[in-house]
Formats: sequence, structure tokens, C-alpha cells
Amino acid sequence: MNPTIIFINLFALGCLILAFTKDRAKTEQSVKVAVKTFFYILPPVLIIIIFIGLLLGVVPPGEISKVIGEQSGFSGVLFIALLGAILHIPAFMSFPLAGSLLKSGASISAVAAFITTLTMVGTATLPLEIKELGKKIALLRNGISFIIAIVIALIMGAIL
Amino acid sequence: MKIEEREREKQTNKAMIMDYILLGATLIVAATILLIFPDRVDIVTTTSWAYFLEMMLILPAVMVVMGLFTVWVSKETVVKYLGKTSGIKGIFLAPLFGTLPTGPLYLAFPMASSLIKKGARISNIVIFLSAWACIKIPQEMVELQFLGPKFMVSRLVLTIIFVTIMGVFIERIIGWSDKKNSSRSTGGETGASI
Repeated sequence: MNPTIIFINLFALGCLILAFTKDRAKTEQSVKVAVKTFFYILPPVLIIIIFIGLLLGVVPPGEISKVIGEQSGFSGVLFIALLGAILHIPAFMSFPLAGSLLKSGASISAVAAFITTLTMVGTATLPLEIKELGKKIALLRNGISFIIAIVIALIMGAIL
Repeated sequence: MKIEEREREKQTNKAMIMDYILLGATLIVAATILLIFPDRVDIVTTTSWAYFLEMMLILPAVMVVMGLFTVWVSKETVVKYLGKTSGIKGIFLAPLFGTLPTGPLYLAFPMASSLIKKGARISNIVIFLSAWACIKIPQEMVELQFLGPKFMVSRLVLTIIFVTIMGVFIERIIGWSDKKNSSRSTGGETGASI
């Protein structure tokens, strides 16, 4: 078991104990929500896990790094940023997927761009955002977020 | 209210059934691919199994933290506090409020909309939405596990910096175009709120 797993579990345990000493009923309700959500997100998690197995096992690593690896340069980053903006994958599932891409030869920039556009730019939810916030804010937010994602990705590629 | 809740429950169940159907379809597709490449069965199953174990070791903890936030930090609290704060204080509080609640981004749009109606600053709303989208604490726990501390921390810091700049920038643009539109009718009201 790696230290990160231990840290995450200790952190959760600490929060749980702290909450329990403050308000027992609320904590019990929180655990109920946690169990319910766990089973709710289980099927998409399993789908992503199967997908990762196929991606790492069947697709040759050379192919992945050709499209989004170091040598693909800026066009690779742009390509995966667009993919992240269009796809609608919950964030919980995007991190293992991103990690597996990194393992199979994707560049740091590409992976950072993918995660950032995936979470910040929502093409699928854009109509709803326009309805609630108006065209101006929604379009500006998504457009600038896309540019920011690429800038963050390039900086991360340079410093890591 | 009750009817609305029941309706939501019904939709959640429907979405869950869809997810299981999708999972079944994925299994069939995976099995077909493995039949075509029988020499890859071992590597695919060991890879998937390793990721499955990793997920199962952190997901319960992540869900517990998320559950605590869901119950303790209600939407009403966030709207109440964020609607009142302004200026520099708001810029620091907005990302903080965005990190606390849980749920997909589309849940945040109605909240942001009611914040606008309450007169909250555009910059705070944009920062709040962006924080909601990408710097949730339970979410960061998963990023920490699968991409490592260096990656997680640098992306987090960069995101906070750029999102704040974006918030202020969008507020300027909107304030500027509103002023241009309203200068004829109201004599150019200054201030960034709608």
C-alpha cells in the first residue's frame, strides 16, 4: 500500500471523527450519503477501469505518445484539450484515466490540458449555463477557460 | 417540494439503470476485443485489476469526505455568504466556497444565477464556478493518488492564479459592455454588479 492511500484514508478518518464529535446525527447522515454515492458512481468507475485496461493493454504505447506525447508538441496538447472540452467524464474518473495516459507515453502538458478542459470547459452543459447565466458570461467563461487550460498545461510541461 | 424530490429520485434511478446497461455493453465490447487479441488478455486483466484495487482503496475515503461536505455545507449557506462578501475578501472567499460543496458543475449554475440576482460580483461568481469545477477537495484526493503530489499541487496553484485573473477580466469586460449599453439610458452607472 502506498503512502498516498494511507494519507487519504487517514484524512477521511480524521474528518469523520471530528464531525462525529460535533454532531452525531449529521455525521450519520453524511455516511449514508457517502454509501449511496459510492454505489451510484460504481458503474462509471468500472467502465473507466475496463477502458484503461484495454488502453494500456491493447493499444501500443508508441501510438499514444505519437498523438499526445512529447514529440507531438503543441498540436497534441491542442487536440487533447479539445477532446477534454467535448467529452463529459466526471472528474473522479478523469484522474485514473489521465494517470494511465501519462503511463503510456502522453506528455505532462497533454495530461494537464486534458484534465483542466475536462473539468472547466463544458460543451455538453453550455446550453444550461447560457440559460442560467446569460450568453455573455457563459461564452466568456468557457472560451477563456479553454485558453487558460492550455497556458496552465504549457507551464506545467515546462516546470515538471 | 416533495414531488420535486421524488421526481429527482426517479431520474437518478433511471440514470443508474442506464449506467448499468452501459457497463454491460462495455464488458461485451471488452470481451470481443480480447477474443480478437487473446495474447493481451493477461495484461488487460492485470492492469484493470490493479486500477480497480487502487480505486477501491481510496474511493470509500473520498466518498466519506464528500458526504460530510454535502451535509455540512448546504447550498443555502454558500449563496448566503458569497452573496454578501465583496471586494478583495470576496476574491479570496469565492474559490474557498467553490471547493466545499460537491456535485457536478451543472448544479452550480442555478446557484451562480441566484448569486447574480443577489448582486454578487461577476468576478466572484466566475471564480466560484471555476473553483467548483476543478478544485474540490475530494476530487483533489483522487488526483493526488493517480497523478502524484507534484502534479496535483502545481496544477492547483496555477489554476487558482489563472482563474482569479479570469474572474477579474470577465468582470471588466461585462462591466465595460454594460456601461456602453446603459450610458444612454441611465447616464453610465459604474460598478460591476448587474
